[in-house]
Amino acid sequence: MSSKVIHAVYDDDDVLLHAVKDVKAANHHIEEVFTPFPVHGLDKAMGLTPTRIAIASFMFGCLGLSIAIWLTNYIMIEDWPQNIGGKPSFSYLENVPAFVPVLFEMTIFFAAHLMVITFYLRSRLWPFKKAENPMPSTTDDKFLMEVAVGDSQKKLVSLLKKTGAIEVKVHEKKGES
Amino acid sequence: MYSFSKNLKIFSLSLMVVGAMALGIGFLSAPTTVEEAKAMVADAHGHGGHGDHDTHADDHTVVHLDQAHHSDRPDDHANHDDKNYEAYAHSDSHDAHGGGHGDSHDKHLLHQLQNRPWAATYVAALFFMMIALGALAFYAIQRAAQAGWSILLFRVMEGITAYLLPGSIIVFVLLILSGLHLNHLFVWMDAEVVAHDEIIQNKQSYLNVPFFLARALFYIVGWNLYRFYSRKFSLAQDNDNGIGYHKKNFRLAAGFLVFYIVTESMMSWDWIMSVDPHWFSTLFGWYVFASMIVTAVTVIAMVTIYLKSKGLLEEVNDSHIHDLGKFMFGFSVFWTYLWFSQFMLIWYSNIPEEVTYFITRIEDYNLLFFGMVVMNFVLPLLILMNSDYKRNNWFIIIAGIIILLGHYLDFYNMIMPATVGDQWSFGLSELGSASLFAGLFIYVVFSALAKAPLKPKGDPLVKESEHFVY
Repeated sequence: MSSKVIHAVYDDDDVLLHAVKDVKAANHHIEEVFTPFPVHGLDKAMGLTPTRIAIASFMFGCLGLSIAIWLTNYIMIEDWPQNIGGKPSFSYLENVPAFVPVLFEMTIFFAAHLMVITFYLRSRLWPFKKAENPMPSTTDDKFLMEVAVGDSQKKLVSLLKKTGAIEVKVHEKKGES
Repeated sequence: MYSFSKNLKIFSLSLMVVGAMALGIGFLSAPTTVEEAKAMVADAHGHGGHGDHDTHADDHTVVHLDQAHHSDRPDDHANHDDKNYEAYAHSDSHDAHGGGHGDSHDKHLLHQLQNRPWAATYVAALFFMMIALGALAFYAIQRAAQAGWSILLFRVMEGITAYLLPGSIIVFVLLILSGLHLNHLFVWMDAEVVAHDEIIQNKQSYLNVPFFLARALFYIVGWNLYRFYSRKFSLAQDNDNGIGYHKKNFRLAAGFLVFYIVTESMMSWDWIMSVDPHWFSTLFGWYVFASMIVTAVTVIAMVTIYLKSKGLLEEVNDSHIHDLGKFMFGFSVFWTYLWFSQFMLIWYSNIPEEVTYFITRIEDYNLLFFGMVVMNFVLPLLILMNSDYKRNNWFIIIAGIIILLGHYLDFYNMIMPATVGDQWSFGLSELGSASLFAGLFIYVVFSALAKAPLKPKGDPLVKESEHFVY
């Protein structure tokens, strides 16, 4: 199975954002938009479901906090209690202020790193992966909108041209689906 | 254009009247003699008052320089008199006080009980003045940064800062009364104490009544001048086609922020830290700043939501509330960061002069001291963490109420331990003074809001604020 898509190229993020709204309003399916930098409000305009990475991040933070509590307790209280600065470490609760920076850092460390790894997994990215980029100049100064072709290709092309695209091309999309 | 509704006016006036009466009773019921004071305390103990702390008068010993290791200290009540502690512990070590321990303890108790209504008034007066001052700083930051999103909230902020003039005058009057020795809030003002206290003697060139009042006047005049001119230019910009007043306000705000960050810091040493004249913390100015800015942003958000519920400020959208919510969240975390930084360094180093500050709070004010951290950190953190909740008016209001109560307790915790010691409670004086100043605050703020259109239509950035979407 191969499906046809149209690549519309823009050279301004504002124009692109309006074009996305127009195309959505005309009930066409936007498959993907490639931009050189994050465009504010684009995800909302495209109607993407909100990301759940915040929830994942919270859970990773809780995991990091728990591990840090276990770690500080094991190292400083159970395994090798010491008398540091006149504060003998025999009780976790009495020594917890000294551990707070560790708890804090570990929480951040886990949340940040696991969030990046989650993002890579979810986006199917890995090192040395070949870029799935239809046009390299979208990493420089161009914006590209990929729209699925429905019944009326001509109408769609004229609509895209009207929205300010500097280039409109029809592509056969091979491979998946 | 907002008009001060009759219901709200009656509400604020009744808060003031009830508060003033309760505070009046608080002042009248303060003991005048040592015998009365002793009787009051005996009574309270008989009734099992002071709910949450089981250690009583012997906690005074905590503040002794040679007794910093509180864990060594016998905790039971009976030991107190036998050991004959030098318990005149008003702020810190009064080890210089020689004989007559029993007498000085009783006299000290009398001073603490006499201080209670004064200290309660001072806490509430400071708390509400700080809200206005914090709002002024937040406003100046918006002006100096030429922020686009917040223009529609400028009139709300200007309304809140209207309380700065009456609020700061009240605080100044209280300071003058302290200087006239009508109360014992500032122990370093007491010549008799200073005579026996070398540490305070060495600080006399800074901590003396005339210089103290002159500094206070300097801060207050500076802040109020900025508030006066910024409001004037802001109103003038409404009917002006150019951006001249906008530019003037920009320059004025930048200058004010420099003045503010220096005077705010000094104000916090003078008005708050000096109630414990032996103790010092180098980040205290920031700590007080964090407290005032988070309450100010909270009040801005709450007043905005209130006005929106009245059908005003219709151009203020979810995104504005969301941004205020982010500031509430962020400054709550910032406050906690400073609170913990201050606590941990002093706890770890365990230097007697410093650590007494926290020992009195942990022993005599345990529930308040840690409860305040829960209210100012844990609850706002959990309530406001979710992005959607910051766009929900109810969550902002609930978090806001918790933050306001929590930061009132923060100021309570800064002033009370040094002024009333373990004789604290929430009685008529505390509730009355809080109610009195809350009523005055509402009255002044909403009268000021009614004086000008709520939309600064002449501001060159107002369009950006109207279209603000995040």
